[in-house]
Amino acid sequence: MYEWLIPLSYLISGIFFILSIRSLSSPYTAREGNIIGIIGMLIAIGAMLFSSFVIDIKAPLAFILMGGIIGFYSAIKVKMTALPQMIAVFNGLGGLSAVLISFSELLGGSPSLIEISLGMIIGAIAFTGSMIAFAKLQGILPTHAITFKFQHIINLLLIILCTYIFLLFISEKEFEYFLWICGISLIIGITFVLPIGGADMPVIISILNSYSGWAAVGIGFSLSNSLLIIVGSIVGASGAILAYIMVKAMNRSLLNVLLGGFGNQKYSTLKENENKIAKTGNPQDAAFIMENANKVIIVPGYGMAVAQAQHILRQMAEDLQKLYHVDVKFAIHPVAGRMPGHMNVLLAEANIDYQNVFELENINNEFETADVAYVIGANDITNPLAKTDSSSPIYGMPILNVSAAKTVFFVKRSLGAGYSGVDNPLFYADNTIMLYGDAKKVTEEIVNVLEKK
Amino acid sequence: MEIWTLLTIFTLACFIGYFVVWGVTPALHSPLMSVTNAISGIIIIGALIAAGMETEHLSKNFGLWAVFFASINIFGGFAVTHRMLSMFKKKEKK
Repeated sequence: MYEWLIPLSYLISGIFFILSIRSLSSPYTAREGNIIGIIGMLIAIGAMLFSSFVIDIKAPLAFILMGGIIGFYSAIKVKMTALPQMIAVFNGLGGLSAVLISFSELLGGSPSLIEISLGMIIGAIAFTGSMIAFAKLQGILPTHAITFKFQHIINLLLIILCTYIFLLFISEKEFEYFLWICGISLIIGITFVLPIGGADMPVIISILNSYSGWAAVGIGFSLSNSLLIIVGSIVGASGAILAYIMVKAMNRSLLNVLLGGFGNQKYSTLKENENKIAKTGNPQDAAFIMENANKVIIVPGYGMAVAQAQHILRQMAEDLQKLYHVDVKFAIHPVAGRMPGHMNVLLAEANIDYQNVFELENINNEFETADVAYVIGANDITNPLAKTDSSSPIYGMPILNVSAAKTVFFVKRSLGAGYSGVDNPLFYADNTIMLYGDAKKVTEEIVNVLEKK
Repeated sequence: MEIWTLLTIFTLACFIGYFVVWGVTPALHSPLMSVTNAISGIIIIGALIAAGMETEHLSKNFGLWAVFFASINIFGGFAVTHRMLSMFKKKEKK
């Protein structure tokens, strides 16, 4: 076997992976990019399988096939609303693979104890952390922040203990110490994600995504494998940047998210709202106002996806465009879904043209010229208190400027506060009309009225 | 490889990752996560060396299971990315 084939395959697949991510800069090139990524993966695995490193090829091939079928099957079956859960599981499996490889290396007599341990620690945290994130997203565990007494002290002690045993392990090289580090890291993963609440999930999934990359870097160092280091760093950077974007979109600090417990403390809401009355409308009014509008901006939140209202929402947008020649746009806040970019995927799945879908910074000025803002299943991301009330927990969070529109419709079940526990004064504004009810049903009724004429 | 070579590769790769990822359009952040899931499955090549050993050894078993889990990531990650991106593709023709 030619020895240079393996490093060459690493070089090529490294380039292909970079190009594959690069192609995600536009939906036009993205699909080809995914194919390039697949080719890169085939080259790397193929070169390794047929190299002299792999003597017994049958067993690995069988395991690839088994894993491949499971992965492929779950990927075609998963509902797009359940996408965050799937990503969480994948992050976890990435971490688990790193843990297994570290054990395999150690038992095989590898001398790079520091690198192996680091890869294992990060992998183990990514594994159990992701499993907790999965359980929360899936509703197996309560989605709110689960805090416990002395939580921060316990976490700190675990980290100190883990570091201490790690130092013992690299000086004394006892396998038992390695097992201890592994066990503690698995526990840290659990205690690290438990106190983080439902709406902070986009951040935590991004961080765990990042960890699965850094774990690969650790393994790459222990094997002196350049491709693992390159790919791991890119994945690590990707998760870290996504976490940063999500944290910025909520005007929180990463530390604040990680310490957890957000949304549990009841924020004293404005008492003056109690006397105010929110105006209530019915779907007929909404349909009438929207069909006579020039421009309607739809603001979807996660509640829209929970109610499975995306398809009927597209129907409403199309009716307005085709029957009444209304300019309809969608406005997406970065934290509108349960993971970065989730809302874009949900709208795309419902066949909503992505050219009508705009990110916060690209559409916020347009609310002034809009006749109607149709807010469906969203709350905190429109709350003007984020601009005005410095004592509010959401103060400083960039919001969609819906109140600038002539009329604002809120499709909601009740006047309840959003995830942050903050009351939304927008409900009581003069130009706001509440449409109470299930997001899907309300929109269906509007569509019925629109199509009747 | 010498540790300094590896550290150089690592640092430069972080820079590449930083710039490439900032170039990704926010609308495609979900596919970005799933495709990074898939390519982080490249860890499989580390597992294959142990999994391809001739003799039965505990080390080989760990390697094989790592191959298994990494394969779920690779196949699942690329497939779900493809599914998502097809949704964005359809509307171009309109």
